[in-house]
Order: sequence, then C-alpha cells, then structure tokens
Amino acid sequence: MKRLIAAALLLWAILPLSAQTVRLRLATTTSTQDSGLLPVLNAPFEKMTGITVDVIAVGTGAAITLGVKGDVDVLLVHDRKAEDKFVADGYGVNRRDVMHNDFILVGPADDPAGAASAGSAGAAFAKIAAARAAFVSRGDASGTYVKEMDVWGKAGLKPAGTWYKEAGQGMGAVLTMSGDLRAYTLSDRATWLSMKDKLSGLKVVFEGDPFLFNPYGVIAVNPQKYPKAKYMAAMQYIAWVTSVEGQKVIREYSIGGQQLFTPDAINQTP
Amino acid sequence: MRGPFGKALELLFTGDREVWFIAWTSLRISLSSSIIASVPGIALGVLVALRRFRGRRVVLAVLNALMSLPTVVVGLIVYSFISRSGPLGGLGILFTPAAIVVGQAVLGLPVVVSMTASSLSRLDPLFSEALTTLGARPGSILWMSVREARGPVLSSCLAAFGRVVGEVGVAMMLGGNIRGYTRTLTTAIALETSKGDFVLGLALGIILLAVALGVNGVLHSVVRHE
Repeated sequence: MKRLIAAALLLWAILPLSAQTVRLRLATTTSTQDSGLLPVLNAPFEKMTGITVDVIAVGTGAAITLGVKGDVDVLLVHDRKAEDKFVADGYGVNRRDVMHNDFILVGPADDPAGAASAGSAGAAFAKIAAARAAFVSRGDASGTYVKEMDVWGKAGLKPAGTWYKEAGQGMGAVLTMSGDLRAYTLSDRATWLSMKDKLSGLKVVFEGDPFLFNPYGVIAVNPQKYPKAKYMAAMQYIAWVTSVEGQKVIREYSIGGQQLFTPDAINQTP
Repeated sequence: MRGPFGKALELLFTGDREVWFIAWTSLRISLSSSIIASVPGIALGVLVALRRFRGRRVVLAVLNALMSLPTVVVGLIVYSFISRSGPLGGLGILFTPAAIVVGQAVLGLPVVVSMTASSLSRLDPLFSEALTTLGARPGSILWMSVREARGPVLSSCLAAFGRVVGEVGVAMMLGGNIRGYTRTLTTAIALETSKGDFVLGLALGIILLAVALGVNGVLHSVVRHE
C-alpha cells in the first residue's frame, strides 16, 4: 500500500503540465525583463488573448541567434544594425519600432577621470582611457556592448590594458562589479534605475549625447523559414506592443517616479 | 536588514507563491530526470559490474570521465539536437520543462551507471555464480543483485539527483529560465545574483539545500523500512 502511494505520488510529480495554452516564445534582452517592464506589458496581452508569453531574457546577440535558429517566435531587441541584417537575411519579418531610452555612463561618485565635463560620449571615454581609470565592459554580444564599441570607435580608441575589464556577463552583474571595483561602465538607463539603490558609490557620470540613443525593435520570426514558428501569435504580440494601449503601458511604466522607456511606435507627443 | 536564513524562512512560511512554484518545478524536473536516468542506468551498471567483457576498463574510465562533463556542454549538445533547426526540432520541446528533463537525464546517467557498477563489484562474486548454478535467468539475477545491494544502488540514484538538482547550465540553456514555467531554483539564484540581490540568492540556495535534504531523507527511510 505504502509503495502504491509512493508510486502514485511519483507519477503525479513527473507527469508534465498538460494545459494546452498557446505559448509564444519571446527572446529579449535582460534590460526589458530586469527593469520590470515586461511583466507589466505582457499581463494585459495574456489576459486579452489567452496566449502565454514565455520570456527568454538573454543578450541581444544571443536573442538574435535564437531567432536565426528558429527557436523563438518573436524578438524584442536593441541593436538596429543586427536587427536590419536579421530581416535582410530573411529570418525576420515585420520589424517595428517600439520604444527607446538611452545609455548612460556610470562611474564612481568622485569621477577620478573627470569624465563628467566631457562634451560628448566619445570624449568622456577618451578621458577614462587617458586616466587609465577602471572600466568594466560587458564583453558579450549584447546591444549595450555593441554601443560601447561604437563609442570607443568615435573616440578613435581600441581599449586595452589592465584598467579595461571584459566581464562577459549581463548588465546587472556588470553594474555590481563596477560598484565593487569603483569602475566606470556603460549601462542602459532602465537597468541602472532598477538597481541603483544597491549600487552605493556609483552615479551617472555622463548622459545626454544623442549618440547614446537606445531604440528597441520588435520582429517576428519568418514563418516561411520556420513553418512551426507561431507567426499569428507573434503578429498579435507585435500589434499589442505597438497599439495605443500597449504604448500607454510603456509610457506609464516608471520606477521611483522616473519614466524608463519612451514609446516610439505611434509618432505623436502626448 | 534580515540575513539570508531569515529571508529563506520568510519566503517559505509566508507562502510566497512564486518561490513555492519554483521549488516545486525544481523538484519535479530533477526527480523526473533522475528516475529516467536511473532505470537504464542501474541495468547498465549491473551489466558492467557482473559481466566480464573486452574493454570493460575503458568503459568504466569513460563513464567516470563523463561525470566531469560541464553541464553547459551537455546543454549545448542537447540544444543542437532539439533546436528547431536541429534533427529533433519537430518535437518542439526546447524551452519547456521536458527539455531540462532530457538534458538532466543525460547528465545523471553516467553517475548512476558508474556508481552502481562500483557498488555491485563489491558484492561477493559467488553471489551471481550461485544464482546461475541454481538456474536463475539473467533477468532475475539482475533483479536480485540490485535487491542485495539496494542501499548503494539507491545512493547512486541520489548522487544523480544531487548532480542534477544543483546544476544550472542545462536548466538555463534548455529551459530558458522562463518565469512561472521553466524557472528552477538554480536559474532563479543565477538571475537574482546577476540583479545584485545576493540575500534573495542565498535564501533560494538554502531552500534548494532543504529540498535536497528532504528527498534524501524520504528515500533513505523508505529503503530502510522495506
């Protein structure tokens, strides 16, 4: 009897959940999830359509690879060049602008390199390199890393040396490392705002250069390439995040009174 | 600020639904994968232990080496099979709990085979000879050997459970750390750590330890009472 109960319990435990809901796989960057936006943005969509959104939060590079391999149905990423290539290569269709925020240079509160007084992002980076002040780089294929490389390119520099540390980790981990090492790093504003309370000793050193613009796009995986991709659900999702209601959710999402993302899909200022 | 131990107790006893669900997901997935690894694993282990065949030492060495395979590598190999662009892509199991179960079963199998083989080789060789003389069929020799060495065999299954419940590579790669679906205790710890919430990370680690202790305790008591 005891064995029978044990066996029944085991069977119950290992049987998979067999609820037949439609699951839409969304590959996205860590910033949209860690900032807390996605749960808020997806909940009304899930309620309205009955589709469950499975969020796979990785760097933009990894997210696009998942799309190329057909392992997800829709992407929400921030690397315009890679996005355009993804569409041009035939892996993605129906790309739409969704929203933007900006990148900021975060660093020690006393700003040892004096980067705050720089006139542009490139000049701020050049000051850090000249002072050989510690800088933590994402060192991965993320959208933030791509932007960081663009800024170094603008400064006409190729960063190298013991002061320049390639972490190979996500934005949150890199911000934590920067706090511990009293180092500079380039961060998206959303992740910074959601974590800054845990990062004593760091502050926003430089911001506001238009070059640090950080736009996010949404792209469906091409159903002609991957017939099993859930194209209809993906298009419903794209329709939702670019709709008047979806854009309102994005505009109204804030942490500590600060708006994190500015909606872009509908061109009108509120 | 409360320490990680207090935080763990708070999460468990205030009935934090998300944490309970994550713990449950971890337990369910890792139990499934260790059982799936154990059934063929024990049989293969008995075979390796009782049969004398050419290349037996090589097989044992390879099995031991497989135990040190990084979990991320196992994740990558299984990923290349079950990706939509891979040979088993039609199953569509990537980023589901089933994918983690498959990956963890691959991870646990060498542990079960290797440890079962080493524990049975300590059985008196006369045991299986005597059974053969008494006219037992191979199937019942296998069964009786396992019964005789049930303590060590159970230990090998529990070692496999220990390996899979605490691993993060396979669960992250094949499960995708999807909230409310494939998020396990280990991937949740990795996520909270990356977000800088070390206290919550440690608290989840303590819960993971409690789950592992619970499984070990229950299975040991079941075997002792037989």
